[in-house]
Amino acid sequence: MLIRRPSDIAPSEITLQALYRDRRAFLRSAGLLAAAAGTGGLLLPAQATAAGAKLANLRKSPFSTTEDKTPYKDVTTYNNYYEFGTDKDEPAANAQALKTRPWTVAVEGEVKRSLTLDIDHLLKLAPLEERVYRMRCVEGWSMVIPWVGYSLSELIKRVEPTGNAKFVEFVTLADPKQMPGISYPVLKWPYVEALRMDEAMNPLALLCVGLYGEVLPNQNGAPVRVVIPWKYGFKSGKSIVKIRFTATQPKTAWNVAQPSEYGFYANVNPEVSHPRWSQAKERRIGEFGKRPTLMFNGYAEQVASLYAGMDLKKNF
Amino acid sequence: MRSLRNEQVEWIKRAGFVLCLVPLARLVWLGVRDGLGANPIEYITHSTGWWTLSFLMITLAVTPLRRMTGLNWLLRLRRMLGLFAFFHATLHFATYLWLDQFFDWAAIAKDIVKRPFITIGFAAFVLLIPLAATSTNSMVRRLGGRRWQLLHRVVYVIAVLGVAHFWWLVKKDITEPVLFACALTLLLGARLAWAVRKARGVARPPQPSLR
Repeated sequence: MLIRRPSDIAPSEITLQALYRDRRAFLRSAGLLAAAAGTGGLLLPAQATAAGAKLANLRKSPFSTTEDKTPYKDVTTYNNYYEFGTDKDEPAANAQALKTRPWTVAVEGEVKRSLTLDIDHLLKLAPLEERVYRMRCVEGWSMVIPWVGYSLSELIKRVEPTGNAKFVEFVTLADPKQMPGISYPVLKWPYVEALRMDEAMNPLALLCVGLYGEVLPNQNGAPVRVVIPWKYGFKSGKSIVKIRFTATQPKTAWNVAQPSEYGFYANVNPEVSHPRWSQAKERRIGEFGKRPTLMFNGYAEQVASLYAGMDLKKNF
Repeated sequence: MRSLRNEQVEWIKRAGFVLCLVPLARLVWLGVRDGLGANPIEYITHSTGWWTLSFLMITLAVTPLRRMTGLNWLLRLRRMLGLFAFFHATLHFATYLWLDQFFDWAAIAKDIVKRPFITIGFAAFVLLIPLAATSTNSMVRRLGGRRWQLLHRVVYVIAVLGVAHFWWLVKKDITEPVLFACALTLLLGARLAWAVRKARGVARPPQPSLR
């Protein structure tokens, strides 16, 4: 495999040392204050948690592509997040009120150590990396997004799955008070996605907490989501509240909604059409013409072996 | 208000013409101001498609409205409205050919044959062409009123195909296609009800022996 050198971070994107040091000092004192007030961190300053706050000291990743990144504005205003509405611009408009603190993720099921992780703990579980990934939507468009996070396997290793664990299920938030889309039975709520264990352990599978060097905007799945770059976008569950290890294949949202059109695997595959449209090409957001779609979204080197011997036309 | 003078109707037509251009003007305005979102081509495709269906519904509403209100001058707007449906369908189809597929004829041919929602959308567009071509007064005369009317009833088929085209392409949220389907059911249902009543009305009086 040709590992391209990731492009350097633009000087304009680097947070000044003085600034982040100050911020840390501020955080410490605020944390003390909060602890003193007995509110357990609820009083943490908004800038430390809110979308747009800088995430410092990001490591680079050999998995990053050097392709042109999709502009921040497009990444954050053209979203499929049906809990906030089915139009592309609705998540950006409706997700702003989503409360992402306090937030916990329950990790349970076929594991030796069940955990309930606070989001702040999750942010420090492993060093944060910037991963510039291609994202291919099943609808035929694509983006290049600089995500921030670490390999999902880092979390999985810590909970020690038992021998029975064959799948990982991601249960996402379904709160009708915060999410207007939940009132419409477009999909079965909560939105559930899942991976096979070996897929989840592949280093490309990302537990994601940010993009463009900042805390995830709500419409992109704050505070924590997964990003599975070789699969169609809908496999990457947003605003995750529970990660469950199971012995049997979980029922996933789009597969339940339309089994003839959306399979469990949903690997990007230009040779397997959606029943109603071709998947051979895609429109990269910001480009005029269409470009050919790549097998496994261009990640065949890393993931093709996971599916050796499988009929991908049947297991779409 | 029942009957208007000729020049009054002409003024309404002119105002209506300008009004019917608003959807396109809006697209141009948004395009100039970079307001078509992250995926402008998709936006234009959806917008022109939505307005094609809307103009079809508005055109089909003319006759029921006229019958219910007695405002006969409404009929004089119908050709213009129908032609605006064709105008938007042409924009929609051109967007698909040019912006979306960029004249990739092989891909387009494959789409039309293999993708049912594109097949029926394409069929609806093709069926609109003879209606637009025979929309002039001289064509009505050349065809003769009855034949012309029979031909233009194809618009019912076109509207059904158009709504099905929309319904079929939507990924999951079918709210809007359902609304169009309801509107179309009402518009065609009204015609069916009148036709049935008319048939009964004709059948009821004892037939004098004409033979």
